[in-house]
Amino acid sequence: MLLKSTYNELIKIAYKPRSFIGIGGLIIIISIVLFAMKVDGDLYISLITGQFEQSLTFEGTILNGNLIAFIIIQMLIIHVPLLIAFVTGDLVSGESAMGTIRLLLTKPVSRSTILLSKFLASCVYTLVVILCLVFMSFVLGKILFGTGDLMVLKSDGLIIFQEGDINWRFFYGFAIAFLSLITVATLALTLSCFSENSIGPIVATMGIILLFTIIGSMDVPIFDNIRPFLFTTHMAAWRYFFDDPLNTTNILYSVAILVIHIVVLLAIAFYKFNKKDILS
Amino acid sequence: MSTQEKIVEVKNLVKNYGSFCAVQDVSFDVYQNDVFGFLGPNGAGKSTTIRTILSLIRPSSGTISLFGSSLPENRNYILSKIGCIVEKPDFYKYLSAQKNLELFAGISGKNIKKARISELLEFVGLNGREKDKVSGFSHGMKQRLGIAQTLLHNPDLIILDEPTTGLDPQGIIDIRNLILQLKNEKNKTVIISSHILAEIELIANRMIIIDKGKTIVQGVVADLLNSQEIIVGFTVDVVEKALLILQKSVFATGEIVVQDSIIMINTSKENIALINKLFCDGGIGVSSIETKRKLEDYFLKLIKA
Repeated sequence: MLLKSTYNELIKIAYKPRSFIGIGGLIIIISIVLFAMKVDGDLYISLITGQFEQSLTFEGTILNGNLIAFIIIQMLIIHVPLLIAFVTGDLVSGESAMGTIRLLLTKPVSRSTILLSKFLASCVYTLVVILCLVFMSFVLGKILFGTGDLMVLKSDGLIIFQEGDINWRFFYGFAIAFLSLITVATLALTLSCFSENSIGPIVATMGIILLFTIIGSMDVPIFDNIRPFLFTTHMAAWRYFFDDPLNTTNILYSVAILVIHIVVLLAIAFYKFNKKDILS
Repeated sequence: MSTQEKIVEVKNLVKNYGSFCAVQDVSFDVYQNDVFGFLGPNGAGKSTTIRTILSLIRPSSGTISLFGSSLPENRNYILSKIGCIVEKPDFYKYLSAQKNLELFAGISGKNIKKARISELLEFVGLNGREKDKVSGFSHGMKQRLGIAQTLLHNPDLIILDEPTTGLDPQGIIDIRNLILQLKNEKNKTVIISSHILAEIELIANRMIIIDKGKTIVQGVVADLLNSQEIIVGFTVDVVEKALLILQKSVFATGEIVVQDSIIMINTSKENIALINKLFCDGGIGVSSIETKRKLEDYFLKLIKA
């Protein structure tokens, strides 16, 4: 029954116009970035490399598909969660708002199975968004700009990765980005269980991301103790794969924090959804 | 006491929302092949009771058994034998009628073929519109799609909460005929709640009336109605003379109301022929006799009491 229920949820997502607004928005934004980099990319790169020109000499094509992919992911990793919340925040509350929750919960499928199928469907949707991001930034970037070494600017200097040492870093980087987006999807789904309208959970998810991001970026001692436990702090964990040497402790810590968030949020969602009286 | 199989058994059902008691100690039984009417004014607790039976709402106390199995322990088994419309027939507006039915068929617990979906869409008169999105459907069309959804998995018990709300007269007749067809031809058990009381009177064989969450009365519809006095309207040619005759007779004890050329008398069924004879003997022309008092009056009387 879980498979059938998950299939149903995927059909609902696939037919819902809002599901394509996020993906469409992503494609448009990345297309604009690719166009801008194609037209004025060299100037953009020279602004970054200019500060090193007195001490370093750059050979080859710095502006390549790998750098484009890195720039795009860095730009969008805060924005893509909003697109995810737009769809997953509607999965339960949208049924309440539409009234279909009454019909859905009078079918011989347990509430837990229904919620789990909604979670699995939101994971699939997140995967589709990530794959779209991979294609538009990594694949299309390489097609349009070619390949080459990746230059990564850090606060403490410049790291250059050899061309043959890059693909696996992107693979794991996208994997951890997927995990952070699943955390956002779970947060939106959980909030969706508490609401009878579609907008509330979406706005609340965006608000939480915004608030946590502000807390995470403020250099105030009072926030130092909570910052390591905020999921937003670890949404940029994909960048750890572009450290040299790799700091596996940081990576594992981030994965653990994200997984704990997913598990706790799911537990809250299951509790609420199973106890909920359907009054709409 | 019925010898038929008990399909629904609700005992001492209570549902509280904080200090507000929506359903207070309601008990009733529904037997196989019953059309069970659930009556009550708005806010009486009908929908809360129905939602509790469907496990959409958790009761504060009391027990509910369906098909000999108790809720919530056997929820999935019970729900696999029920088809329902709760309040409004809401569907996924962005999907077609057929796709909606396919989705619900997939989680009905039975292997439902596409042919069955087509058959039901034809049965409710939606053939030709199956590919259309539900967003473009009228309320009546959604209600018919709701009926198709209800019958999808050939359930033993059908629960229809206010199924005729918003329907045109033809739609109401269609639903009524459908319910009778389900009872008579398919041997189904139906629970129907409605505030259109005449509907219940026409189709239900047993009923419960609740108000403010409490049971007012329950039993066999015919028994409940026959045990009560009825209002009989006599359309006469000379009202004043008819009134004089009536006031001098033994039938003057009940309330008499005159409305144009109609004299309405509160009396029993047996007295209708006697009153008619009295008028005829007094030279009064009686052009029609109409029984005015039916379930609606009975219902209102109980609620007012």
